[in-house]
Amino acid sequence: MPLNLEIVTPEASIFRGSVDSVELPGVQGEIGVLPMHAPLITTMNYGELRLHNAGSTTNLVVGEGLVEITGAYARILTDMAVDVESIDEAAIEQALERAKQTLDGLKPGEQQEEVAAVMASIQRCTAQLHIRRKRRAV
Amino acid sequence: MPSTRDIRRRIKSVKNTAQITKAMQLVAAAKMKKAQDQAANGRSYAELLNKILVSLKESAEEGVHPYFSAGKGDRTLVVVIATDKGLCGALNTNLLKKVIQSKLGDEVDFVTIGRKATQALSRLRRNLLADFPIRDPARFAEVRAVGRFLQEKYLTGDYQKVLIAFNNFINTVSQVPTVEQLLPVNPVTLGGKRNFDEKAREVVASELPQYTFEPAAAAVFETVLPQYVNGTLYQMVLEARASEHSSRMVAMKNATDNAKQILKDLTLEYNKVRQAAITNELLEITTAKMALE
Repeated sequence: MPLNLEIVTPEASIFRGSVDSVELPGVQGEIGVLPMHAPLITTMNYGELRLHNAGSTTNLVVGEGLVEITGAYARILTDMAVDVESIDEAAIEQALERAKQTLDGLKPGEQQEEVAAVMASIQRCTAQLHIRRKRRAV
Repeated sequence: MPSTRDIRRRIKSVKNTAQITKAMQLVAAAKMKKAQDQAANGRSYAELLNKILVSLKESAEEGVHPYFSAGKGDRTLVVVIATDKGLCGALNTNLLKKVIQSKLGDEVDFVTIGRKATQALSRLRRNLLADFPIRDPARFAEVRAVGRFLQEKYLTGDYQKVLIAFNNFINTVSQVPTVEQLLPVNPVTLGGKRNFDEKAREVVASELPQYTFEPAAAAVFETVLPQYVNGTLYQMVLEARASEHSSRMVAMKNATDNAKQILKDLTLEYNKVRQAAITNELLEITTAKMALE
Protein backbone atom coordinates (compact mmCIF):
# COMPACT_ATOMS: atom_id res chain seq x y z
CA MET A 1 0.00 0.00 0.00
CA PRO A 2 1.59 3.25 -1.11
CA LEU A 3 1.54 6.58 0.65
CA ASN A 4 -0.25 9.39 -1.17
CA LEU A 5 1.93 12.43 -0.88
CA GLU A 6 1.12 16.01 -1.74
CA ILE A 7 3.65 18.84 -1.53
CA VAL A 8 2.27 22.32 -2.13
CA THR A 9 3.93 25.74 -1.98
CA PRO A 10 2.27 29.13 -2.47
CA GLU A 11 3.78 29.26 -5.98
CA ALA A 12 2.87 25.82 -7.23
CA SER A 13 1.92 22.26 -6.51
CA ILE A 14 5.33 20.57 -6.41
CA PHE A 15 4.50 16.92 -6.04
CA ARG A 16 1.42 14.79 -6.09
CA GLY A 17 1.53 11.04 -6.27
CA SER A 18 2.21 7.86 -4.40
CA VAL A 19 5.54 7.04 -2.80
CA ASP A 20 6.88 4.23 -0.65
CA SER A 21 8.00 6.48 2.17
CA VAL A 22 9.15 9.99 2.94
CA GLU A 23 11.56 11.49 5.46
CA LEU A 24 11.00 15.09 6.45
CA PRO A 25 12.64 17.60 8.78
CA GLY A 26 10.15 18.06 11.64
CA VAL A 27 10.63 20.76 14.27
CA GLN A 28 11.65 18.12 16.77
CA GLY A 29 13.88 16.13 14.45
CA GLU A 30 13.58 13.98 11.37
CA ILE A 31 10.35 12.12 10.86
CA GLY A 32 10.11 9.04 8.68
CA VAL A 33 6.64 8.42 7.29
CA LEU A 34 5.56 5.06 5.99
CA PRO A 35 2.05 4.16 4.82
CA MET A 36 -0.40 3.68 7.70
CA HIS A 37 1.44 6.15 9.88
CA ALA A 38 -0.57 7.30 12.89
CA PRO A 39 -2.49 10.55 12.31
CA LEU A 40 -0.10 13.39 13.04
CA ILE A 41 -0.01 17.15 12.70
CA THR A 42 3.33 18.84 13.00
CA THR A 43 5.36 21.72 11.67
CA MET A 44 8.48 21.54 9.60
CA ASN A 45 11.80 23.37 9.61
CA TYR A 46 14.23 24.25 6.88
CA GLY A 47 15.94 21.09 5.80
CA GLU A 48 16.05 18.15 3.50
CA LEU A 49 13.09 16.02 2.52
CA ARG A 50 13.69 12.59 1.01
CA LEU A 51 11.15 10.76 -1.13
CA HIS A 52 11.67 7.05 -1.56
CA ASN A 53 9.88 5.42 -4.42
CA ALA A 54 10.58 2.05 -6.02
CA GLY A 55 14.21 2.00 -4.96
CA SER A 56 15.06 5.53 -6.11
CA THR A 57 15.35 8.57 -3.86
CA THR A 58 14.51 12.20 -4.63
CA ASN A 59 15.94 14.91 -2.42
CA LEU A 60 14.15 18.20 -1.96
CA VAL A 61 15.12 21.25 0.03
CA VAL A 62 12.07 22.45 1.95
CA GLY A 63 11.21 25.47 4.06
CA GLU A 64 9.01 25.99 7.08
CA GLY A 65 5.59 24.48 6.83
CA LEU A 66 2.75 22.36 8.06
CA VAL A 67 2.55 18.60 7.77
CA GLU A 68 -0.65 16.60 8.02
CA ILE A 69 -0.41 12.84 8.07
CA THR A 70 -3.35 10.47 8.06
CA GLY A 71 -3.06 6.76 7.34
CA ALA A 72 -2.90 6.85 3.55
CA TYR A 73 -2.16 10.54 3.00
CA ALA A 74 0.63 12.93 3.78
CA ARG A 75 0.09 16.59 2.95
CA ILE A 76 2.95 19.01 3.18
CA LEU A 77 2.40 22.75 2.95
CA THR A 78 5.65 24.66 2.83
CA ASP A 79 6.96 27.99 1.63
CA MET A 80 9.70 26.38 -0.45
CA ALA A 81 10.37 23.02 -2.10
CA VAL A 82 13.25 22.71 -4.55
CA ASP A 83 14.85 19.63 -6.06
CA VAL A 84 18.45 19.42 -4.87
CA GLU A 85 19.63 18.47 -8.36
CA SER A 86 18.17 21.64 -9.86
CA ILE A 87 19.86 24.07 -7.46
CA ASP A 88 22.17 26.51 -9.20
CA GLU A 89 24.80 27.27 -6.56
CA ALA A 90 26.18 30.39 -8.21
CA ALA A 91 22.72 31.92 -8.60
CA ILE A 92 21.83 31.16 -4.98
CA GLU A 93 25.06 32.68 -3.74
CA GLN A 94 24.34 35.85 -5.68
CA ALA A 95 20.81 35.97 -4.28
CA LEU A 96 22.22 35.51 -0.78
CA GLU A 97 24.68 38.35 -1.32
CA ARG A 98 21.90 40.64 -2.59
CA ALA A 99 19.68 39.76 0.37
CA LYS A 100 22.49 40.52 2.83
CA GLN A 101 23.09 43.89 1.18
CA THR A 102 19.40 44.72 1.35
CA LEU A 103 19.38 43.78 5.01
CA ASP A 104 22.33 46.12 5.70
CA GLY A 105 20.46 48.91 3.94
CA LEU A 106 17.44 48.60 6.23
CA LYS A 107 17.36 50.46 9.50
CA PRO A 108 16.81 48.37 12.63
CA GLY A 109 13.41 48.83 14.21
CA GLU A 110 11.90 50.12 11.00
CA GLN A 111 10.30 48.35 8.07
CA GLN A 112 9.75 45.18 10.05
CA GLU A 113 7.93 43.55 7.17
CA GLU A 114 10.84 44.15 4.82
CA VAL A 115 13.30 42.75 7.37
CA ALA A 116 11.19 39.64 7.88
CA ALA A 117 10.96 39.06 4.12
CA VAL A 118 14.72 39.45 3.64
CA MET A 119 15.50 37.22 6.60
CA ALA A 120 13.25 34.52 5.16
CA SER A 121 14.98 34.73 1.82
CA ILE A 122 18.40 34.49 3.50
CA GLN A 123 17.25 31.40 5.37
CA ARG A 124 15.96 29.82 2.19
CA CYS A 125 19.23 30.47 0.36
CA THR A 126 21.38 29.16 3.19
CA ALA A 127 19.33 25.99 3.47
CA GLN A 128 19.61 25.34 -0.26
CA LEU A 129 23.38 25.92 -0.31
CA HIS A 130 23.94 23.82 2.77
CA ILE A 131 22.06 20.80 1.52
CA ARG A 132 23.37 21.07 -2.01
CA ARG A 133 26.95 21.00 -0.71
CA LYS A 134 26.21 18.14 1.62
CA ARG A 135 24.76 16.13 -1.25
CA ARG A 136 27.75 16.81 -3.42
CA ALA A 137 30.18 15.72 -0.71
CA VAL A 138 28.48 12.34 -0.34
CA MET B 1 -28.37 67.69 -41.50
CA PRO B 2 -24.83 67.92 -40.15
CA SER B 3 -22.18 69.18 -42.53
CA THR B 4 -19.43 66.94 -43.79
CA ARG B 5 -16.93 68.88 -41.74
CA ASP B 6 -18.79 68.19 -38.49
CA ILE B 7 -18.90 64.50 -39.24
CA ARG B 8 -15.23 64.43 -40.19
CA ARG B 9 -14.38 66.02 -36.87
CA ARG B 10 -16.42 63.47 -34.96
CA ILE B 11 -14.84 60.59 -36.86
CA LYS B 12 -11.42 61.88 -35.91
CA SER B 13 -12.26 62.14 -32.19
CA VAL B 14 -13.87 58.69 -32.07
CA LYS B 15 -10.81 57.25 -33.81
CA ASN B 16 -8.60 58.77 -31.13
CA THR B 17 -10.73 57.32 -28.36
CA ALA B 18 -10.63 53.89 -29.99
CA GLN B 19 -6.86 54.08 -30.18
CA ILE B 20 -6.58 54.90 -26.48
CA THR B 21 -8.97 52.19 -25.33
CA LYS B 22 -7.20 49.70 -27.57
CA ALA B 23 -3.87 50.56 -25.93
CA MET B 24 -5.41 50.23 -22.47
CA GLN B 25 -6.87 46.90 -23.48
CA LEU B 26 -3.47 45.60 -24.50
CA VAL B 27 -1.84 46.78 -21.28
CA ALA B 28 -4.61 45.19 -19.20
CA ALA B 29 -4.35 41.96 -21.18
CA ALA B 30 -0.63 41.68 -20.42
CA LYS B 31 -1.18 42.35 -16.72
CA MET B 32 -4.17 40.05 -16.68
CA LYS B 33 -2.13 37.07 -17.84
CA LYS B 34 0.38 37.55 -15.04
CA ALA B 35 -2.24 38.18 -12.37
CA GLN B 36 -4.30 35.17 -13.40
CA ASP B 37 -1.27 32.88 -13.31
CA GLN B 38 -0.27 34.17 -9.90
CA ALA B 39 -3.75 33.63 -8.49
CA ALA B 40 -4.03 30.15 -9.99
CA ASN B 41 -0.64 29.06 -8.65
CA GLY B 42 -1.35 30.06 -5.07
CA ARG B 43 -4.88 28.74 -4.95
CA SER B 44 -4.20 25.09 -4.18
CA TYR B 45 -1.94 26.00 -1.25
CA ALA B 46 -4.49 28.33 0.30
CA GLU B 47 -7.35 25.90 -0.26
CA LEU B 48 -5.50 22.95 1.22
CA LEU B 49 -4.41 24.94 4.27
CA ASN B 50 -7.97 26.12 4.78
CA LYS B 51 -9.31 22.58 4.45
CA ILE B 52 -6.85 21.15 6.97
CA LEU B 53 -7.48 23.91 9.50
CA VAL B 54 -11.26 23.68 9.21
CA SER B 55 -11.15 19.96 9.88
CA LEU B 56 -8.78 20.56 12.80
CA LYS B 57 -11.06 23.24 14.16
CA GLU B 58 -13.86 20.72 14.47
CA SER B 59 -11.76 18.31 16.48
CA ALA B 60 -9.81 20.89 18.47
CA GLU B 61 -10.45 21.41 22.15
CA GLU B 62 -12.21 24.58 23.25
CA GLY B 63 -9.88 27.50 23.64
CA VAL B 64 -6.77 25.89 22.21
CA HIS B 65 -6.26 28.95 20.04
CA PRO B 66 -8.20 32.26 19.88
CA TYR B 67 -8.47 32.07 16.08
CA PHE B 68 -10.64 28.97 16.32
CA SER B 69 -13.42 30.53 18.36
CA ALA B 70 -15.47 33.67 17.89
CA GLY B 71 -13.93 36.81 19.35
CA LYS B 72 -15.12 38.27 22.63
CA GLY B 73 -16.37 41.56 21.23
CA ASP B 74 -19.58 42.15 19.31
CA ARG B 75 -18.23 44.32 16.49
CA THR B 76 -17.41 43.11 13.00
CA LEU B 77 -14.26 44.05 11.14
CA VAL B 78 -14.64 44.10 7.37
CA VAL B 79 -11.75 44.34 4.93
CA VAL B 80 -12.77 45.56 1.50
CA ILE B 81 -10.34 44.76 -1.29
CA ALA B 82 -11.11 47.01 -4.26
CA THR B 83 -9.02 48.53 -7.03
CA ASP B 84 -6.86 51.63 -7.06
CA LYS B 85 -7.92 52.74 -10.52
CA GLY B 86 -11.25 52.93 -12.27
CA LEU B 87 -12.21 51.98 -15.82
CA CYS B 88 -12.72 48.36 -14.88
CA GLY B 89 -16.43 47.94 -15.50
CA ALA B 90 -18.84 47.41 -12.63
CA LEU B 91 -16.29 45.57 -10.47
CA ASN B 92 -16.10 48.01 -7.55
CA THR B 93 -19.77 48.95 -7.71
CA ASN B 94 -20.81 45.31 -7.48
CA LEU B 95 -18.44 44.64 -4.60
CA LEU B 96 -19.68 47.60 -2.57
CA LYS B 97 -23.27 46.70 -3.30
CA LYS B 98 -22.56 43.21 -1.99
CA VAL B 99 -20.93 44.61 1.15
CA ILE B 100 -23.84 46.93 1.84
CA GLN B 101 -26.47 44.30 1.12
CA SER B 102 -24.95 41.59 3.33
CA LYS B 103 -26.54 42.41 6.63
CA LEU B 104 -23.61 43.25 8.81
CA GLY B 105 -25.48 45.29 11.38
CA ASP B 106 -24.40 48.66 12.73
CA GLU B 107 -21.39 47.52 14.68
CA VAL B 108 -19.04 47.45 11.71
CA ASP B 109 -15.58 48.86 11.21
CA PHE B 110 -13.92 48.90 7.82
CA VAL B 111 -10.37 48.42 6.63
CA THR B 112 -9.76 49.09 2.96
CA ILE B 113 -7.25 48.03 0.38
CA GLY B 114 -7.45 50.06 -2.82
CA ARG B 115 -8.35 53.71 -3.28
CA LYS B 116 -11.78 53.09 -4.76
CA ALA B 117 -12.95 51.34 -1.60
CA THR B 118 -11.59 54.12 0.60
CA GLN B 119 -13.35 56.80 -1.42
CA ALA B 120 -16.67 54.99 -1.56
CA LEU B 121 -16.76 54.10 2.14
CA SER B 122 -15.82 57.56 3.29
CA ARG B 123 -18.54 58.97 1.02
CA LEU B 124 -20.99 56.67 2.77
CA ARG B 125 -19.64 57.89 6.14
CA ARG B 126 -18.71 54.42 7.33
CA ASN B 127 -16.29 53.87 10.15
CA LEU B 128 -12.88 53.53 8.48
CA LEU B 129 -10.09 52.16 10.68
CA ALA B 130 -7.25 52.06 8.20
CA ASP B 131 -6.46 51.90 4.55
CA PHE B 132 -3.53 50.04 3.10
CA PRO B 133 -2.13 50.93 -0.28
CA ILE B 134 -0.89 47.81 -2.02
CA ARG B 135 1.11 48.12 -5.18
CA ASP B 136 0.60 46.18 -8.35
CA PRO B 137 1.69 43.41 -8.55
CA ALA B 138 0.97 42.73 -4.88
CA ARG B 139 3.93 41.72 -2.73
CA PHE B 140 3.57 39.36 0.17
CA ALA B 141 5.37 41.71 2.60
CA GLU B 142 2.77 44.43 2.04
CA VAL B 143 -0.11 42.06 2.60
CA ARG B 144 1.56 40.70 5.73
CA ALA B 145 1.38 44.18 7.23
CA VAL B 146 -2.39 44.11 6.74
CA GLY B 147 -2.58 40.61 8.20
CA ARG B 148 -0.69 41.66 11.29
CA PHE B 149 -2.95 44.67 11.77
CA LEU B 150 -6.05 42.46 11.55
CA GLN B 151 -4.67 39.93 14.00
CA GLU B 152 -3.76 42.62 16.51
CA LYS B 153 -7.27 44.05 16.25
CA TYR B 154 -8.84 40.63 16.61
CA LEU B 155 -6.80 39.76 19.67
CA THR B 156 -7.70 43.00 21.48
CA GLY B 157 -11.13 41.44 21.88
CA ASP B 158 -13.26 44.20 20.35
CA TYR B 159 -14.30 42.08 17.43
CA GLN B 160 -16.38 39.02 17.00
CA LYS B 161 -15.18 38.22 13.51
CA VAL B 162 -13.13 39.46 10.61
CA LEU B 163 -14.70 39.38 7.15
CA ILE B 164 -13.04 39.97 3.80
CA ALA B 165 -14.93 41.36 0.80
CA PHE B 166 -13.22 40.82 -2.53
CA ASN B 167 -13.91 39.87 -6.11
CA ASN B 168 -13.42 36.17 -6.63
CA PHE B 169 -11.84 35.40 -9.95
CA ILE B 170 -13.69 32.73 -11.91
CA ASN B 171 -12.64 33.39 -15.47
CA THR B 172 -11.82 36.33 -17.71
CA VAL B 173 -15.44 37.31 -18.21
CA SER B 174 -16.86 36.53 -14.80
CA GLN B 175 -15.88 37.73 -11.36
CA VAL B 176 -18.05 37.22 -8.32
CA PRO B 177 -18.12 39.68 -5.42
CA THR B 178 -17.67 37.56 -2.30
CA VAL B 179 -17.70 38.15 1.45
CA GLU B 180 -15.73 35.50 3.34
CA GLN B 181 -14.94 35.03 6.99
CA LEU B 182 -11.22 35.06 7.72
CA LEU B 183 -11.37 34.86 11.50
CA PRO B 184 -12.36 32.70 13.29
CA VAL B 185 -11.19 30.00 10.89
CA ASN B 186 -13.99 29.15 8.51
CA PRO B 187 -14.34 27.50 5.09
CA VAL B 188 -13.53 30.04 2.38
CA THR B 189 -14.10 29.94 -1.34
CA LEU B 190 -11.24 30.99 -3.53
CA GLY B 191 -11.60 31.27 -7.26
CA GLY B 192 -15.17 30.16 -7.76
CA LYS B 193 -15.48 26.51 -6.96
CA ARG B 194 -16.74 25.65 -3.53
CA ASN B 195 -14.34 23.17 -2.01
CA PHE B 196 -16.66 22.40 0.88
CA ASP B 197 -19.99 20.94 0.07
CA GLU B 198 -21.91 20.15 3.21
CA LYS B 199 -22.22 16.41 2.63
CA ALA B 200 -18.52 15.80 2.19
CA ARG B 201 -17.88 17.74 5.35
CA GLU B 202 -20.15 15.60 7.49
CA VAL B 203 -18.36 12.46 6.38
CA VAL B 204 -15.01 13.99 7.15
CA ALA B 205 -16.18 15.11 10.57
CA SER B 206 -17.41 11.67 11.58
CA GLU B 207 -14.32 9.85 10.36
CA LEU B 208 -11.89 12.40 11.62
CA PRO B 209 -8.81 10.66 12.97
CA GLN B 210 -7.48 11.52 16.40
CA TYR B 211 -4.42 13.49 15.49
CA THR B 212 -1.27 13.51 17.52
CA PHE B 213 0.35 16.93 17.62
CA GLU B 214 4.03 17.46 17.68
CA PRO B 215 5.31 19.25 19.74
CA ALA B 216 1.83 20.20 21.06
CA ALA B 217 -1.45 21.39 19.57
CA ALA B 218 -1.05 24.90 20.95
CA ALA B 219 2.49 25.25 19.63
CA VAL B 220 1.56 24.00 16.18
CA PHE B 221 -1.39 26.37 15.93
CA GLU B 222 0.72 29.22 17.25
CA THR B 223 3.01 28.95 14.22
CA VAL B 224 0.49 27.90 11.59
CA LEU B 225 -2.48 30.17 12.24
CA PRO B 226 -0.76 33.55 11.77
CA GLN B 227 0.67 32.16 8.54
CA TYR B 228 -2.79 31.03 7.57
CA VAL B 229 -4.23 34.51 8.07
CA ASN B 230 -1.49 36.18 6.02
CA GLY B 231 -1.46 33.52 3.33
CA THR B 232 -5.22 33.51 2.86
CA LEU B 233 -5.37 37.28 2.78
CA TYR B 234 -2.60 37.32 0.17
CA GLN B 235 -4.47 34.81 -1.97
CA MET B 236 -7.61 36.96 -1.71
CA VAL B 237 -5.65 40.00 -2.86
CA LEU B 238 -4.33 37.96 -5.78
CA GLU B 239 -7.86 36.89 -6.70
CA ALA B 240 -9.00 40.50 -6.53
CA ARG B 241 -6.11 41.63 -8.73
CA ALA B 242 -6.79 38.93 -11.30
CA SER B 243 -10.43 40.04 -11.33
CA GLU B 244 -9.45 43.68 -11.70
CA HIS B 245 -7.23 43.20 -14.73
CA SER B 246 -9.63 40.79 -16.38
CA SER B 247 -12.54 43.12 -15.85
CA ARG B 248 -10.57 46.08 -17.15
CA MET B 249 -9.49 44.13 -20.21
CA VAL B 250 -13.08 43.20 -21.00
CA ALA B 251 -14.34 46.75 -20.36
CA MET B 252 -11.70 48.22 -22.64
CA LYS B 253 -12.39 45.63 -25.31
CA ASN B 254 -16.06 46.57 -25.22
CA ALA B 255 -15.17 50.24 -25.45
CA THR B 256 -12.94 49.60 -28.46
CA ASP B 257 -15.63 47.54 -30.19
CA ASN B 258 -18.20 50.25 -29.50
CA ALA B 259 -15.94 52.95 -30.89
CA LYS B 260 -15.39 50.88 -34.03
CA GLN B 261 -19.13 50.48 -34.50
CA ILE B 262 -19.70 54.22 -34.10
CA LEU B 263 -16.89 54.84 -36.55
CA LYS B 264 -18.59 52.61 -39.10
CA ASP B 265 -21.94 54.37 -38.68
CA LEU B 266 -20.34 57.80 -38.91
CA THR B 267 -18.40 56.89 -42.03
CA LEU B 268 -21.61 55.68 -43.67
CA GLU B 269 -23.37 58.90 -42.78
CA TYR B 270 -20.43 60.96 -43.99
CA ASN B 271 -20.47 59.22 -47.37
CA LYS B 272 -24.23 59.71 -47.65
CA VAL B 273 -23.97 63.42 -46.91
CA ARG B 274 -21.10 63.80 -49.35
CA GLN B 275 -22.98 61.93 -52.09
CA ALA B 276 -26.09 64.03 -51.46
CA ALA B 277 -24.05 67.20 -51.87
CA ILE B 278 -22.56 65.96 -55.15
CA THR B 279 -25.96 64.96 -56.49
CA ASN B 280 -27.29 68.34 -55.53
CA GLU B 281 -24.52 70.14 -57.36
CA LEU B 282 -24.98 68.05 -60.48
CA LEU B 283 -28.70 68.78 -60.41
CA GLU B 284 -28.01 72.48 -60.15
CA ILE B 285 -25.62 72.41 -63.08
CA THR B 286 -28.00 70.46 -65.29
CA THR B 287 -30.94 72.71 -64.42
CA ALA B 288 -28.88 75.80 -65.13
CA LYS B 289 -27.77 74.38 -68.46
CA MET B 290 -31.32 73.43 -69.41
CA ALA B 291 -32.56 76.89 -68.51
CA LEU B 292 -29.97 78.46 -70.83
CA GLU B 293 -30.99 76.41 -73.88
